[in-house]
Parts: sequence; C-alpha cells; structure tokens
Amino acid sequence: MLIRKPDPLSGSDIPSSEITPRDKWLNRRNFIAAAAATGAVAIGGERLSEILAPAGRVHAATKLQTVKSPLTTTGEELTSFQDITHYNNFYEFGENKSDPAQNAGVLPTRPWTVKVSGLVKTPKTFDIDALLKLHPLEDRTYRFRCVEGWSMVVPWVGYSLSELIKQCDPLSSSKYVQFLSYFNGKVEKWAPFGYNWPYSEGLRMDEAMNPLTLLTVGLYGEELPKQDGAPVRIIIPWKYGFKSAKSIVEIKFLDKQPHTTWNDANGSEYGFYSNVNPNVDHPRWSQKTERVIGKPFYAQRKPTLMFNGYGDFVASLYNGMDLRKYY
Amino acid sequence: MNKPTLIALKTFTWIACLYPLAALIYGAVSDPVSGLGPDPTGRIEFSTGLAALRLLVISLAITPLRKLSPRLSFLIKFRRLLGLFAFFYASIHLIAYIGLYASFDPHTIYQDVLKRRFITVGVLAWLLLVPLALTSTTAAIKRLGGKQWNRLHKLVYVAVCLGLLHYWWQVKTGVTTPLGITLVMAALFAARPILDWWKAKKAARPRPA
Repeated sequence: MLIRKPDPLSGSDIPSSEITPRDKWLNRRNFIAAAAATGAVAIGGERLSEILAPAGRVHAATKLQTVKSPLTTTGEELTSFQDITHYNNFYEFGENKSDPAQNAGVLPTRPWTVKVSGLVKTPKTFDIDALLKLHPLEDRTYRFRCVEGWSMVVPWVGYSLSELIKQCDPLSSSKYVQFLSYFNGKVEKWAPFGYNWPYSEGLRMDEAMNPLTLLTVGLYGEELPKQDGAPVRIIIPWKYGFKSAKSIVEIKFLDKQPHTTWNDANGSEYGFYSNVNPNVDHPRWSQKTERVIGKPFYAQRKPTLMFNGYGDFVASLYNGMDLRKYY
Repeated sequence: MNKPTLIALKTFTWIACLYPLAALIYGAVSDPVSGLGPDPTGRIEFSTGLAALRLLVISLAITPLRKLSPRLSFLIKFRRLLGLFAFFYASIHLIAYIGLYASFDPHTIYQDVLKRRFITVGVLAWLLLVPLALTSTTAAIKRLGGKQWNRLHKLVYVAVCLGLLHYWWQVKTGVTTPLGITLVMAALFAARPILDWWKAKKAARPRPA
C-alpha cells in the first residue's frame, strides 16, 4: 500500500500557470497584514491574515522511486504534509516555526555534494545524485519527538546510513560520526547570533550503524522540501529531533566525541545522547508526555515512549549506561 | 473629551482587547483540526500569555503618557479595563497550562511549580495580579483609601517583571523574541523619572511677569 495522503494542492493536478507566484502571494499577505495592523494586532500578536488564510503549499517536488521497508513504523496516523512543512525548527532560516517555510527557498540544493572526511581509508565526495542512487530508496515512517515536547509521525524516504558508511571504509580508530550542515551567513541571514554555526551533530559509531538511522532524502514519496532539510539529512527516530541534522554537506569520522551545536548553546539542557526518555526531565519541563501536532487542542496530549518506542532496536546500545548522566 | 468620542474609544478598546480571544475561538470553531495551526496547545498558551503581558505593558504606559500633556489625562479612564483584561488573559493562560499541559494532574502541577523556575515565577506573577483585580472596583478604592490602594497596586510592577522573566526563562538559550517587549517595559520604567525631571525643570523656569 502506498502511504500517501491526498493533497488538494499537489502539483500534479494543477498547471504551474495557475499557482500564484510566491512573491505575489507574499505581497498579498503583507498587504492584508498591514491593513490589519490596528490596536487589535498590537495585543493579539498574530496577524489576522494568518488566521483567515493559513499558508498553503506553493511548489511541486520531484517524485522518488521507493520500495517498502520492514523498518517502517505502522499503525500511526501520519502528520499532514502541510504541518510537516510548516512547523519546523531550522534556525538558520529563523527562530519561529513558520519561518523556514517562508525563508528556506533560498537554500541552493543543486548542485550539492556531501564530503566524507576524517578517519576513513579514502576520503570521498558524493554528489547528491550519486547518493540518491547508492541504494534503493525506502519508505520509512517514523515517530518524530522534539525535545520541546511536541511530536509528529513522518513518512520519510531514504536508506540506512550504514549503507553509506560501508562504502566509506572507516578506520578502526573511528568511534564517532559528525554531521555538518550547510552554512552561509549571506544565504541564511536569519541565523541568530550566539550559536556555533555551521550546525553540528554527532553519533557514536554503533548508533550511526544502527539500521534505523536513516540517511533521508525524501518526504511523502517526494524529494525533501527545503525547510525539512533538503537535499539530504539524517533521521535518528529514537533521539530528540535536534540530533537529526538537516542539509548535510559533510560527514566526518572521528576518534573523539564531536561538539554539537545545541550542546554548545546549553549543555545542561541538550546532551550529546539526547535519547527520547520520559523518565529524564528537561530542566525546564517534563518529558513524560508530548503533544501531537495536527490534532485538536483537547486531543493533543499523549504519553512519551522510552526511546520513542524504538527500544527493541536500540535499547541494547545503552546497556549499563546511566541514562540520567548521559542524557 | 466629549462623551461620543469617549464611547467610541471605549468600544474600540473592548474590541481590541477581545481580539486575541476571538481569534482563538474563531480558529477552534471554524476548523477544529487545523484552525489553530499545527500546534493548537502551543498557540493558545503563547497568544494568551503574550496578550496578558502586552496589556500589562500598555496599562503601565498610561501614567507616563499622561505626564506628557494634560490633554492626555483622559487615558486614566482606560487603565482599569486594560488591567482587568490582562488578568483575564493571564487566567486563561494559567487554566490552559493546567488543562492542556498538566492534564489537570495535581502531582504534575506541584512538581512543575516547585522544580521549574519559569513556571514558579509565572504562577507568582498571576498570584500578584489576583489582589489587584479584586480591588479594582470603585468601592474597593474608596474602602482602601487612595494612598493604600496606590501602594497595593505598585505590585503590578513586580508582576510585570516576573511575567517578563517567565517569558525569558521559557524560551531557548539564544532566542531573543522577548527582547522587544522587555525594551518597551524598560523604556516605560525609565520614562517616569525622566518625565518628572523634565516637568520640574519646566516648572522652575521663570515666567514673564
């Protein structure tokens, strides 16, 4: 069965001539917003236009050939394409959840290469088109739990990162993998000061080799939208979302634990491991429950699962470790 | 100020103050699934908190504005309305936390209030607003006497500072969204002594006989 929700604005049904050009559409929004800039807006904070006309989908992406995977998560209601692409944390494109959908269009995703460096036999650089053909692309639906306390269920497309790692022949001294995201301050001019750019994340080698760790190139059967980390990102479904670096340009093999951007920003709140764990609170909130994106307000709250429900696959990676200490 | 103008301004103020709530209700009713955006819980919590803080700041702007010109003295007629609406939104904000975040679980609430400093100061700010709302009636002002009442209502400064701290402690490290309202508040605090000094200087200037 093809996992796909009907989307009335999907590009295939609408000729591109009928789609409002993005700049015009933005101008119209600005105009309505300006018209509504009264005392009401001063108090309310939200623009009238956003309530009356929520942002729609404006581009058509390339379809990907995919195969089924036994590692896909079943029995969960998928989060809508609209919400997955309009509720994003991608600080290089702004701090608000709606910013990346507005701003990420400027990310230059073609040509794109991913450099593999560090403790490997032969350092290589992969072109994005080579990465897309390196292994059959799989449909992998995963739960996605953000450290902030919200969650989604996302039908990603990709293959196990281990397939790529095998092609790179890491040396036996290689114990960690670092992921570095694209960063260009001239392009990503929304990136707030005070963070250690480019975005850096990392995994222990055995975590990176776990078949669930997904080199991700697509969403809902199509190429990744830019705000979701195009053209290639990592997805680690048993860890909080910020571990899953977006728009990756370099993968480094290291003998030491790499620095990671959120850990640099606030080490007591964002650990290197950051496994989803309802028993270890974030310093500022409980992680026992989560709110599901795209549900009515009275039906959002649900319990958070240990390792986000992927314990059968990954719990053994942490045998004997104190998960309170290594949060 | 003539009566029709005052009535028009009051009507406008009521509409402006009810707008954040109306926007939430409209969103929830027009489309129960996505009318409030991808994260309705977050939306309700954020917009009511922001409305409460903004209304508090606007109500605190009234005294400095009145000092600017005697023609602005009529603004005092709006302060109680703004303050009560601030308390109204702060209360919805608190109730939304209790229901949508803590699922009405007393143990969760107790733990949160004790352990999480942003929740502790948030609850404290709301508690400080309670006596102010209760003594907002004309009868209460008469009963307390102007001096006492004024002293009690100085608590609003503490409440707004705690509210801002609550906002800062809630956002992630490096996020600067609370900066705007904090600067406005700081400017309002600074405006009082500056305006007093300016008025004193003006009064001291010798006038032609």
